[in-house]
Amino acid sequence: MRGFNQEELAVIIKSATWQVFSNTLGFQLAAVDSYRNNGPRFASDGVLSFVGLAGDWAGTGSLSCSARFACRLSSILLMSECSGVNDEVLDTIAEVTRMIVGNVRQALEQELGPIGLSNPTVIYGPNFTSRSAGMLDWTVVRFICEDDEFAVQLFLGPGYGDSGSKLQEPGNVIPVFAAQSYRA
Amino acid sequence: MDVLIVDDSAAIRQIVQRAFKLKKLPVGKVLEAGDGLEALESLKSHTVDIIFADINMPHMDGLQFLAAVRAVEKWKAIPIVMITTEGSEHKVREALQLGASGYMRKPFTAEQVKEKLAAVVSFDSGELKSI
Repeated sequence: MRGFNQEELAVIIKSATWQVFSNTLGFQLAAVDSYRNNGPRFASDGVLSFVGLAGDWAGTGSLSCSARFACRLSSILLMSECSGVNDEVLDTIAEVTRMIVGNVRQALEQELGPIGLSNPTVIYGPNFTSRSAGMLDWTVVRFICEDDEFAVQLFLGPGYGDSGSKLQEPGNVIPVFAAQSYRA
Repeated sequence: MDVLIVDDSAAIRQIVQRAFKLKKLPVGKVLEAGDGLEALESLKSHTVDIIFADINMPHMDGLQFLAAVRAVEKWKAIPIVMITTEGSEHKVREALQLGASGYMRKPFTAEQVKEKLAAVVSFDSGELKSI
């Protein structure tokens, strides 16, 4: 079990995202860049969706985008007009995130063994800050989809050991998100 | 082949339909329902060849819907593929005991949708036969 470096994770994220957007949704995508981010904030407003990964290796996969892009994605997938972010839009982003992180998981499992996937959670609002407990860096890949931009992020580290409920290293924790929303 | 997709998420209903198109599956009419009660109403007025049903739904969940379908003689033979999430293994076991034909876990791919269809129906020159 060797793990993955940031460049390898970025390749996996790109492939997983392309697979979902091109094959399933019929979008044309371009990856803008990928980088490591150890800061807690990856969205200041818009829609943020995340899915937990758990097992011997654990982490979180996340998609963040503007409300406009979320609406556009939803209206194309659901073939209906979207007048604003509603439950259907949030469901769409949740399922898209689940598919992307599911593909990422599939690639990771070839090296890391079985990894469980949580149900997605989606946050929408203005001016929110999110933070994941732990000290690991996020691998961030930014994509351009026509004139919209979105990002897929992942952090991954040793999680629960085979033998029980104790974390292997103090800094490598199962992700716990705290999100705060407030008006500007 | 006519299909009924039962899921409270419109996104999942559309993702399943996109899988049919992507894999060029010989699917005809596709009916949608947001929960088990709606699905039962739909079955009263339409004939379908296969049902995809989510387990977790409001009003009438997938297990209740499955039990209700299996209790009606004319619907007993309709293949039902349950849609589940991870960590729902106990519900999958219950669904199989109640007569589900198979299940697929979210997130699923178009290929997996095709595989699930192929497991419960056979493709023969574009025609589908229940097996």
